[in-house]
Amino acid sequence: MQYLLTGLTVGAIYALVALGFSIIFNASHVINFAQGEFVMIGGMATMSLAAGGLPYGLAIPLAVAAAALVGLALEKFAVEPARGASVVTLIIITIGASIFLRGLAMLVWDKNLHALKPFTGDAPISVGGATILPQSLWVLGVTLAIVLALSWFFGRTLLGKAMLATSHNRLAAQLVGINVRLVLFLSFGLSAALGAIAGILIAPITTTSYDVGVMLGLKGFAAAILGGLGSGIGAVIGGLVLGIAEAMSAGYLSSAYKDAIAFVIILAVLFFMPSGLFGNRGGERV
Amino acid sequence: MKPTQARTSFKRGLAAVAATFALFTGPALAQEPIKIGSFLSVTGGAAFLGDPEQKTLELYVERVNAAGGVLGRKLQLVAYDSAGDAEKARTFAKRLIEQDKVDVIVGGSTTGETMAVVPLVEAAQIPFISLAGAVVIIEPVKKWVFKTPHTDRMACEKVFVDLQSRKLSKVALISGAGGFDKSMRAECLKVAAKYGIQVVADETYGAGDTDMTAQLTKIKNTAGVQAVLNPGFGQGPAIVTKNYRQIGISVPLYQSHGVASKEFIKLAGAAAEGVRLPAAALLVAEDLPASDAQRSVVVSYKKEYESRFKSDVSTFGGHAYDGLMLAVAAMKKAGGADKAKVRDALEGVRGYMGTAGVVNMSASDHMGLDLTAFRMLEVKGGNWTLVK
Amino acid sequence: MLSRLASPRTGGLLALAAAIAFLPLALRNNYFYDIAILVGLNAIVCVGLNLLIGYAGQISLGHAGFFGLGAYGSAILASRYGWPPLAAMLTTTFAVAALAFLVGRPILRLKGHYLAMATLGLGVIIFMVITTEDKFTGGPDGIAVVPFSIGGLILRDERIWYWVIGALLLIAVWLALNLIESPAGRALRALHNSEVGAEVVGINAAEHKVMVFVISAVFASLAGSLAAHYSGFVTPGKVTFLHSIELVTMVVFGGMASTFGAVVGAAVLTTLPQLLTVFKDYEMMVFGAVMMGTMIFLPRGVVPSLARFIRSRRQKGSAASNGEAA
Repeated sequence: MQYLLTGLTVGAIYALVALGFSIIFNASHVINFAQGEFVMIGGMATMSLAAGGLPYGLAIPLAVAAAALVGLALEKFAVEPARGASVVTLIIITIGASIFLRGLAMLVWDKNLHALKPFTGDAPISVGGATILPQSLWVLGVTLAIVLALSWFFGRTLLGKAMLATSHNRLAAQLVGINVRLVLFLSFGLSAALGAIAGILIAPITTTSYDVGVMLGLKGFAAAILGGLGSGIGAVIGGLVLGIAEAMSAGYLSSAYKDAIAFVIILAVLFFMPSGLFGNRGGERV
Repeated sequence: MKPTQARTSFKRGLAAVAATFALFTGPALAQEPIKIGSFLSVTGGAAFLGDPEQKTLELYVERVNAAGGVLGRKLQLVAYDSAGDAEKARTFAKRLIEQDKVDVIVGGSTTGETMAVVPLVEAAQIPFISLAGAVVIIEPVKKWVFKTPHTDRMACEKVFVDLQSRKLSKVALISGAGGFDKSMRAECLKVAAKYGIQVVADETYGAGDTDMTAQLTKIKNTAGVQAVLNPGFGQGPAIVTKNYRQIGISVPLYQSHGVASKEFIKLAGAAAEGVRLPAAALLVAEDLPASDAQRSVVVSYKKEYESRFKSDVSTFGGHAYDGLMLAVAAMKKAGGADKAKVRDALEGVRGYMGTAGVVNMSASDHMGLDLTAFRMLEVKGGNWTLVK
Repeated sequence: MLSRLASPRTGGLLALAAAIAFLPLALRNNYFYDIAILVGLNAIVCVGLNLLIGYAGQISLGHAGFFGLGAYGSAILASRYGWPPLAAMLTTTFAVAALAFLVGRPILRLKGHYLAMATLGLGVIIFMVITTEDKFTGGPDGIAVVPFSIGGLILRDERIWYWVIGALLLIAVWLALNLIESPAGRALRALHNSEVGAEVVGINAAEHKVMVFVISAVFASLAGSLAAHYSGFVTPGKVTFLHSIELVTMVVFGGMASTFGAVVGAAVLTTLPQLLTVFKDYEMMVFGAVMMGTMIFLPRGVVPSLARFIRSRRQKGSAASNGEAA
């Protein structure tokens, strides 16, 4: 039971990061390897704002806004100028961006680990023989809220539907008058915000530092692929599955190989379902 | 003037200029700085180690120079960031030896990086003081390689001795994937029997893991566990400690000297209460009795570091301090920076008091510390205290 | 005869050979030789990887895994079990080729980002196995490796290593160029443009993809074995995801579908960190900025962009003279 709860918590974080990947991929067919860095910025910015005396109510929105700004800047200055370049080139640009942001974070903050105080205290809660931290409940709750909010956004609002349309067929979207450049611009901002929120939620449990983004970004990418790139539901399910698989392997199999087992599972899924769990089985044009 | 005459006077003029030049550069050469080379893990997974090490070296090279240098010569620090990568460390060490032509190397934050460089310094015959932990660095003894931190084996022994004094004998291990973690875990398994300790569980977690409740639950469910030891450093032990309290394990928790810093208490928060670990006296500097021979060294280093860098002192920075000061002392004793003489002087160090403890080097012991150099500390009231 | 020299293949090879032959004049001490050797080793891996990425149009984010397997295979067989280094290296290469063949077929059915993820996963799994099985591999601290030797001749001196690696690099480039010009190479390029189209004209896509995957793995494994003997140790640091990314960056930076581009990319990106040490604290930022900048402004890589620039200059020149003549 403990393993399940642990897995859900970690999985929710992977899900948020994976959603970020999916949203950007949908708008631009680019995998943004700097996504992990947004997670880092969220946690670190909140930490320094809180240390500077701001209450969480102010620090968190400011930190999320800061991350969103960085995301927008990334799109404007790094991705847009390279529009039309090959996929591999774009991947390298985002990787360069992630290295750049990490180097910048090292200077703006420092190289140490930092703790963030939990939102509502530390006392573990007993659930069916296992314990869960109050912070974990926050993680699960906020993730659920965000997933619901996003599905409302994409399903009901004009802007959301415009973003969806762009992801299905960019040319057609342009033809009906959707400003695809704006869509791309906003998708980066939105993904950055999502990543930052994930970072802020998890930091009280796991501590934060200038390089937390690396591993989390990688796992988030894995989750997005597992669920099928471009599928929001896939991202969430992929994240949860990945988190639970990890925790279960650590508990019942070998804790040393926990990460490897997660990747083996992903490989196995991909072999049988080459587009991930919920991905679009695309046709190929000759 | 006829051409031949012009040529002769030109030659004479040249000679005069050359002579004057030699006159000026002669004494100038003697003032050439002594170069201290260093490669440290300032960024990357071991930044925990390399960052305070670099800061300490920079601070104290400045101090030594301000006090007149060594034998009238200034010290010059040439430092590179190897980011925890053994391959980078090897390349930078080569650069230090061949390109920068340093006189002594004080560096190597991690064991992997240190071991990669050992063949180079042995071939180049340059004294190398390592700042890394594993016992394999000085066992077997290598002619040109020394080290300042306590070995991981000593940490195990200190913990086991403490367990004995509390009449506990069954221990569970939980360690990370890093080199330090694995090396210390191996040493603990090796020496456990000697202290009558039985290891009843042996769990591991990965680098960058954010939750260890799974592994700790396994330990909780193992019968007869009387204490838990967590060899590790960085983020892992902090999370282990928090998870430990979260799932309510009540037996004593021991950490390793890898987290001997205030950072750890900040990160683990209230969960750190009651955690014990072996560490250098640096962390409890002001609490040492006035009669303690180590007091003045650690208090002065702590004050200098904290006032200059506005952050808590770290035992790893202390190791760098010891390394630099030992090199300086050896150079003074050797009367210069001659590599072979400095090496011999290092081997002959007796009774040197550093932040890690009292150092007595010899031809068979290139570390010089014994178990008294480690103190047993416990977290009480959010602070490190000495266990009497 | 002169026109043959101008052909990319012979002309390029000669230029590379000349560069390798005359470089030692600029190498002042063993540190410089060390960097040159590292460039050579990376270049060998990149030439192979370029075949996969640039010509066959696939992607691999896990090639550091093959490099690492080559390095560790040689290290363990030669140092732990006392095998002669050459035998160890050949056995390891064969084993890696077999692994690449077995894994290649299912993996290469995937496309695009899914393929990227699968290769990434493969690389990570290899890394985890190496780091965890520390009884064999020495874990995160690695193990020491005996120097390379054939018969009684021990290869230790940097200068000799330089010539050995230089020669091997020339052979690797020559092999790659041969492959590209061969029918198999043309099949690969057809695959790159359109897999379905290629199959329609009778090219067995899967077979060709696996072949080039295995070849690139072999290049990487050989380079890994040599690197292990040269450095005198192996650690998992070279088997990480970041190193895989570095390798891909070198290929893309130099120019995909350009074998010489791969060499240039390896040269620049291996020496760049050494030059950037002057930036001290800003090193990481500058490196990231350089990566972004070159990809934004030279999206096709250095060598193709340079080639286009020279060609457009030549065209302008001839157009001008034509215009004048007219």
